[in-house]
Amino acid sequence: MAAASDEALQGDQLADLHDEARRLMTICNACRYCEGFCGVFPAMMRQNTFADGDLDYLANLCHGCNGCYYACQYAPPHEFAVNVPQAFARLRADTYRRYTWPGFLAGLFQKNGTLVSVLMAGGIGLVLALIHLFQPAEVIHGEHAGNFYAVIPHNVMAYSFGSVFLYAVGVLLFGFWRFRRDTAPSQADETALSVAGATHDALVMKYMGGGGVRGKMDGCNYPSESFSQVRRVFHQMTFWGFLLCFAATSLGTVYHYVFGWEAPYGYTSLPVLFGTVGGIGLLIGPLGLIYLKRIADPNVLVNAQRGMDTGFLALLFLVSLTGLALLGWRETSAMGTLLAIHLGTVLALFLTMPYGKFVHAVYRYAALLRNRREQKR
Amino acid sequence: MKGLPEKVDVIVVGGGGAAMAAALTARERGASVLVLEAAPKDFRGGNTRHVRNIRYAHDAATDFVTGPYPVDEYYDDLLRVTQGNTDKDLSRFLIEKSLDAADWMAARGVKFQPPLSGTIGLDRTNAFFKGGGKAVLNAYYATAEKLGIDCRYEAEVMDLKIEDGAFTAARVKYQGQEQTVEARAIVLASGGYQADIDWLKEGWGEAAEGFLIRGTGYNKGRMLRVLMDHGAETAADADQCHAIAIDARSPKCDGGIATRVDCVIYSIMVNRKAQRFYDEGEDIWPKRYAIWGRLLAKQEDQIAFGIVDAKANDLFMPSLYPPLKADSIRDLAGLLELDPDALEKTVADYNAACRGGGNKDREFKPGVLDGLSTEGLSPAKSNWAQTIDTPPYYGYPLRTGITFTYLGVKVNKEARVQFKGKDGRTVSAANIFAAGEIVSGNILGQGYAGGIGMAIGLVFGRIAGEGAARNASN
Repeated sequence: MAAASDEALQGDQLADLHDEARRLMTICNACRYCEGFCGVFPAMMRQNTFADGDLDYLANLCHGCNGCYYACQYAPPHEFAVNVPQAFARLRADTYRRYTWPGFLAGLFQKNGTLVSVLMAGGIGLVLALIHLFQPAEVIHGEHAGNFYAVIPHNVMAYSFGSVFLYAVGVLLFGFWRFRRDTAPSQADETALSVAGATHDALVMKYMGGGGVRGKMDGCNYPSESFSQVRRVFHQMTFWGFLLCFAATSLGTVYHYVFGWEAPYGYTSLPVLFGTVGGIGLLIGPLGLIYLKRIADPNVLVNAQRGMDTGFLALLFLVSLTGLALLGWRETSAMGTLLAIHLGTVLALFLTMPYGKFVHAVYRYAALLRNRREQKR
Repeated sequence: MKGLPEKVDVIVVGGGGAAMAAALTARERGASVLVLEAAPKDFRGGNTRHVRNIRYAHDAATDFVTGPYPVDEYYDDLLRVTQGNTDKDLSRFLIEKSLDAADWMAARGVKFQPPLSGTIGLDRTNAFFKGGGKAVLNAYYATAEKLGIDCRYEAEVMDLKIEDGAFTAARVKYQGQEQTVEARAIVLASGGYQADIDWLKEGWGEAAEGFLIRGTGYNKGRMLRVLMDHGAETAADADQCHAIAIDARSPKCDGGIATRVDCVIYSIMVNRKAQRFYDEGEDIWPKRYAIWGRLLAKQEDQIAFGIVDAKANDLFMPSLYPPLKADSIRDLAGLLELDPDALEKTVADYNAACRGGGNKDREFKPGVLDGLSTEGLSPAKSNWAQTIDTPPYYGYPLRTGITFTYLGVKVNKEARVQFKGKDGRTVSAANIFAAGEIVSGNILGQGYAGGIGMAIGLVFGRIAGEGAARNASN
């Protein structure tokens, strides 16, 4: 942990990140050849000077498609050395650190792969300990016809996971609020229309399509110079997989508390269907994204971030894998162990959400909001 | 890296838009093609690296142009900017052949963007490349690779073997040694000679030392010289080129579009003596670009300074380098190393002429010819003549930035190089074709219309590639 904190950026290094981004935006603003690529360049063109907050905003509007890098007449080895995706990736990662809470945990962003493994082991241990604490030892290895609450009472599960989840959501919302305060000076103009617009952009991942002539999406230059939609597809699988799994859990909660219908739910029930489909998305999407990251152009990739990105994706994959395994073997004696492992990974996911790659969703959305608001003016 | 082949059907010299149009066309017609690009891969593509759009004739609006641009209108525009100084027959041919330019490029992977901000008002006549010229090159080279075209970088053609008016082989410097490559036809798409300052001096004298090269530093005109030495006929004069006013602090070469400064029409332009020397408000486009590069070349040290005040400083595109800034004209003169008294007098005289009567019904309107002119001032400023009186004051140092030279070889409609025959009659080369900047002088005797360079490259490149492939199959 101490080592991780040391790697967090000091003040002067942060100034360097902002200065470099400012230098690049000045060059880009005098060139403007990239205005057709994504949201960043039209957003940049709306202003002539760039405060640090503006740069944090633009960095989070950039999604690292690399289109501008390959098209750039000033890319290294040109003496202007313009590499916007890389400079923005560095700055973006730094906004993740700067806007999380509490500040001393910010260093976790650096060593995220390690953190995820530690928390997962800890989470599984904790869940096992809880089971042993509340249940006779033989319960975990017994057969319960898919009834999870025979192993862990519903209330224990709901309160422990609920409180961790609420903590994560609280930190994320706090980060969102602080980021907006610093990067969106005119948020008073927020309208239902700009919220709807930004939400649309986020849901369809508009800019990942690469922009094209009237709806003809060319795709992004990721993972290589040729145009491709592959990253958007994997990202959508991850995103909708996550949302479906989340919907499955929420629906289960509604079933339990509103209708008094207790788990286990049948294989064709809505919560299980959502969870299964979402789970499959969360197997393919994260694996695909990890693979793309491995083969991506090293000239634009920011290596220091790899741990954070991969840690989060690996965790999503494991949550899904263990969840599906639990579903498959829930009527056997392996259920207790699988449940402990699955819940351990879920606990790790919740705990690391505010300190890992998940936060990009929060700041990207804030950036999309400002973008939509300014587009209308 | 493997060495060069000993023999191919077609050699293409150069690696820019014209070269790749020729290479792709020749390969699509079945010829084996070797592209010899003098620059390293990162700097490939000549001035195409820096272009943004192509001016081409079209009959209707499309996804990326806002309206029709008929052949006749294009031709009239060309006659106007060149003041008739062009091969009229070849020009009209070029424009007619440009009709399918965008389709041809799109079919080879080039992506266009919808007309967006229209910064220079060309969204009807010109199609804009998504990401600019380097993205075009990426698409061309990717297509070339798929088709099996052999592209070599840092491969500099030193000399051509020409016997009885026919090309037989090229001497190529590659990986530290010289080698001979035989071919049945050659396309010279090797650009102008703007990066050879000594050659520029033949047209401009010592002033050429003060020029900056906007485009690639690899265009030194070696092939043009070789052809001229072999008796090729030439087109355009040595002092004709595409030159614009760019920031004096730009790199010597390869600064591209970002170094241009758009302050001129809202400014007063003064020379080293702090004197005005031309009507800054004459026109927006194309004069702002077309004439100021040449005007600066004729000033002392080939430099001048655009002076604006706080009112005008946000009216034009932001610049790459920050302007020099001061709270008084005297202080600004100090920063620009100009005589403070002289600059104060020039600004005062100008301001007095702005306030002179006759303009009472005129309003300052950026973006259109507003007719707000000076009275009794020489030279006049005929539009946007606002007083310079609101601090802070800004100064932009500007120099001549040369994009490309026009002097080149004469070609016919088959893109064949024209040689002087023994009896003084013109003879078309049997298997030597040329395209791009090296033939631009046939079309551009002077002046420029934005995006026409790409059209010259594309049209003659395709024709050259077709002819070369035909030669190879005979």
